[in-house]
Amino acid sequence: MPKRIVVPFGPQHPVLPEPIHLDLVLEDEKVVDVIPSIGYIHRGLEQLVQKREYPEYVYVAERICGICSFMHALCYCQGIEHIMEIEVPDRARYLRTIWSELSRLHSHLLWLGLFADSMGFENLFMRAWQLRESVLDISEDTSGGRIIQSTCKVGGVRRDIEQGKLEEIHRVMDTFEEKCRGLGNVFLNDETVKYRLQGLGVISKDEAYTLGSAGPTLRGSGVAIDHRETGYAAYGDLGFKPVVETAGDCYARCAVRVRELYSSIDLIRRAIEEMPEGGIDVKVKGAPNGEYFSRVEQPRGEVVHYLLGDGTKHLVRARIRTPTLANVPALVKMLPGAQLADVPVVVLSIDPCISCTER
Amino acid sequence: MTTVKEEQTTTSVALGDLIREVEGIHADGYRLVQIGCTNIGEAYEINYSFDKGYRFRNLRLTVEPEIEVPSITGIYWGAFVYENELHDLFGIPVTGINIDFKGTFFKTAEKFPLSITRKGGDRCQNV
Repeated sequence: MPKRIVVPFGPQHPVLPEPIHLDLVLEDEKVVDVIPSIGYIHRGLEQLVQKREYPEYVYVAERICGICSFMHALCYCQGIEHIMEIEVPDRARYLRTIWSELSRLHSHLLWLGLFADSMGFENLFMRAWQLRESVLDISEDTSGGRIIQSTCKVGGVRRDIEQGKLEEIHRVMDTFEEKCRGLGNVFLNDETVKYRLQGLGVISKDEAYTLGSAGPTLRGSGVAIDHRETGYAAYGDLGFKPVVETAGDCYARCAVRVRELYSSIDLIRRAIEEMPEGGIDVKVKGAPNGEYFSRVEQPRGEVVHYLLGDGTKHLVRARIRTPTLANVPALVKMLPGAQLADVPVVVLSIDPCISCTER
Repeated sequence: MTTVKEEQTTTSVALGDLIREVEGIHADGYRLVQIGCTNIGEAYEINYSFDKGYRFRNLRLTVEPEIEVPSITGIYWGAFVYENELHDLFGIPVTGINIDFKGTFFKTAEKFPLSITRKGGDRCQNV
């Protein structure tokens, strides 16, 4: 039996500038076991809910993550609105959907770039991030912020998008989609990419399901679960089908994200076409008294905000379960069998966001 | 008008029945979504959340401080991330975790920051 050695991966690693640590147990170059560690930058944002009034906490919620900022705010606001039985205007629901899908686009493009970088495909990395810039431009144009849009609030949204701007975004989506398909074609059909990813970091459908995985990690293993199917925001009006792949390897998880780019573009177009007229918010009175598990599909998977209010301006508890935390057990299961050189690729294939995880 | 197709239910469970109930939920084909804890003054409220086809089901366990809670990692292997969190943030002793970090999963400046009785405590009680 080969001698076993332990090689530390992280908490600072060139391909993943976020602090997760893995103790990799190796036999020669092959990973046989993994022990994960997180918690280096735990920020205590959940506890802040007791010190900020519930409408103010939206600003904290949108800073839980630097990538899916809008969706954290949305999940929080939807939870409060459910407890307080607030009906959000239709136009606000559609605007929320557009900003959500813009967040998904820029998150997936960010990930595709980092993923290409982890494989040593630098040119592809630059192309992905170049495309991401055009999404950030739309975000800045419509909200004033490239990453933190800060447009969601309890009772609706803070800003409208005027008709001319919506038409412009609709037009931009045509050329943007063409470029995305060109980029996606490389990820899905390039022989070197396929050779590097296929059969690597496999997790079966049953394992992905029982381990409680979320998002593309779950759907890449053939499980058709995407919380947008429940119809929150405007997804119920627009109709939605999850993107699913079945191989359960790094290639499948990558393919899910590539195809979700096209799905997000389609959702943005349809939301613009069917955008209702009317107000963008309602006046909110009182304070939440009750509890709710609010769930939203972020780029990395389902996020859960458990909110408990006692009728005062300060919530008793906000507990946030982020998708990366749910995907850590799957990561521990998918690494054994991989070569040491493939570890960065497998780790990145779950799209880890430690910022979210260390809420 | 928003129509969210999701059903949420919460049922209380006694400490002695927890494992049996979770086994039943597992056998029914539910996946584990999360385990979360709330400090309710004199006790902790632990929510075990499961989902199947967007039916969101919670088991609610209420325990007093220092009471040992059995791990469900024998049923849901991935529960170790949540159970280590219960221990590291709330100081709840969870017994039989498959990967037990013994208080080092969350490296907080203060030990057990959300604990009722062990806030700032120095050592983990898991053995």
